[in-house]
Amino acid sequence: MRNAFADEITKLGAVDPKIVLLSGDIGNKLFDKFKDGAAGRFFNCGVAEANMMSVAAGMALCGLRPVIYTIAPFTTTRCFEQIRVDACYHEAPVVIVGTGSGMSYAELGPTHHSCEDMAILRTLPNMTVLAPGDTVELRLALRAALRLKGPAYMRIGKKGDPLVHTREPEFTIGKSITMQPGKDVCLISAGVMLPVMMQAAKLLAGQGITARVESFHTVKPLDEQTLSEVFREFPLVAVAEEHGRIGGLGGAIAEWLARQERLRAGLIAFGTDDAFMHEVGSTEYARKKFGLTADNIAHQVQAKLRSARAH
Amino acid sequence: MNIDELKRLAAEIRARIIENSHKTQTPHLGSCLSCTDILVAAYFHTLRIDPQQPRDPDRDRFILSKGHGAAALFQVLALKGFYPEAMLAAYGEDGGIFAEHPPTPSHLPGIEAATGSLGHGMPMGLGMAMSARIQGQAYNVIALLSDGECNEGSIWEAAMLAASQKVERLVAIIDFNKWQATGRSEEILALNPLVDKWRAFGWSAYEVDGHDMAGLIKLLSNVPDGSGKPVAIVAHTVKGKGVSFMEDDNNWHYRIPTADEVLASKKELGVAA
Repeated sequence: MRNAFADEITKLGAVDPKIVLLSGDIGNKLFDKFKDGAAGRFFNCGVAEANMMSVAAGMALCGLRPVIYTIAPFTTTRCFEQIRVDACYHEAPVVIVGTGSGMSYAELGPTHHSCEDMAILRTLPNMTVLAPGDTVELRLALRAALRLKGPAYMRIGKKGDPLVHTREPEFTIGKSITMQPGKDVCLISAGVMLPVMMQAAKLLAGQGITARVESFHTVKPLDEQTLSEVFREFPLVAVAEEHGRIGGLGGAIAEWLARQERLRAGLIAFGTDDAFMHEVGSTEYARKKFGLTADNIAHQVQAKLRSARAH
Repeated sequence: MNIDELKRLAAEIRARIIENSHKTQTPHLGSCLSCTDILVAAYFHTLRIDPQQPRDPDRDRFILSKGHGAAALFQVLALKGFYPEAMLAAYGEDGGIFAEHPPTPSHLPGIEAATGSLGHGMPMGLGMAMSARIQGQAYNVIALLSDGECNEGSIWEAAMLAASQKVERLVAIIDFNKWQATGRSEEILALNPLVDKWRAFGWSAYEVDGHDMAGLIKLLSNVPDGSGKPVAIVAHTVKGKGVSFMEDDNNWHYRIPTADEVLASKKELGVAA
């Protein structure tokens, strides 16, 4: 995903003189082409994320379209107050990109894990929270974020995330993308769980269960229209994200659901536990540990549907 | 305005700040009085701004990074003509716009950044100054900091980036009154040698008496200063300046003056009661 981001911002930066790219001392060489096409508009702000966020807000207030890029925890939790005051309070159109979100950098340890970013940024007024599911969605999300009047946060994966979309879908911030129709269950995915959710749907199909799959590339504002529809139509909705179960998309849907009346679906939320992962492991290891695999999701969904039928 | 007129204006603004503090029972008097002369020098001499066009893209920017001096800034902006002085009667009122810290630029003309959380304004000002270079503009950005604010790491992050990027149109004025909220700034976090620190961070650093109008104007008129570096002005000030019983007494960070004290202050300032 990070290569797709670099490629897309390079294309956009070459034609829009307002676009400025700020990096927190990462992405060496990744942005060489951006620097060529957008001379004088790339700044390595060093390992100083708080300042980088304020600088971006200052630029945005002067009419520029700054994009900030660094590893997810450092561009969110590290400088949360700068995001809150300088970007959100001022409604400054800054695009904040968190790379290696969720458990993308599992092997680097909990300092580099990012399972709280959507939860905390979602609390901020004026903030848009984006979690594209693959590189196609990433490019569309970036273009859309750069047209917003206020700040946006976009969490992306790392290198080599699987491609899901075979062609460019229609993309609107706050409107989920229906990946496939289904009758028995609705699977909702945020961010890089999209290929996993598609695989879970495939496994369920093998068991005679058809799943509608929705890619919720926008976590805030929440697509309440689609939620109303699927919670009315299906007996069960399952949501998965590489993020803690506290406050992410699952949490946002649960908050919304608590305010609704007469919706029939149950909700299962898949996400990381309320715990730091102390042992070493790859992204695959971490996903397995927290039940974020197609096998587990399909298995849990099937079990839930069976027990619902038994009642 | 000549020097004498600027001095008289500063005395008038001090009197209004003190009166407002009493009337609205709001604090930070010491902090407001210590930076009044700096605000007057900047707004009534140096800044290239037009109150009729507060969003002119080529205007100079002034950011009160020490947002708790808002009560002083509000008086200055009103007198400069950004909004009617009568609006200030609603200072601190429910439903109004004048809080104890500056609101966002879209809520009050003349404001460039909503400050109050320390360590934000100067880095935002750096972004504005970098923007000028990117967009081929020639405005200056002045950020006014308190010495307590120099506790914040983000100030020094910004100082290093401003130096590496050679942002020569950025000015940081430090209202160095030697106090912060609860004690001597030097004792809380060793701040000195403050001028050397800015110099060591790659800035062109100057020292000035922060109540010497002529000295302030001379430095503020010399930006960029030809060094290719951002400019730091360490302004030695007295907290509570202008009123003998408030000067260098940190109780006035939070104390509110009585009606008698307002009268006594005005007398000392030579302003009609």
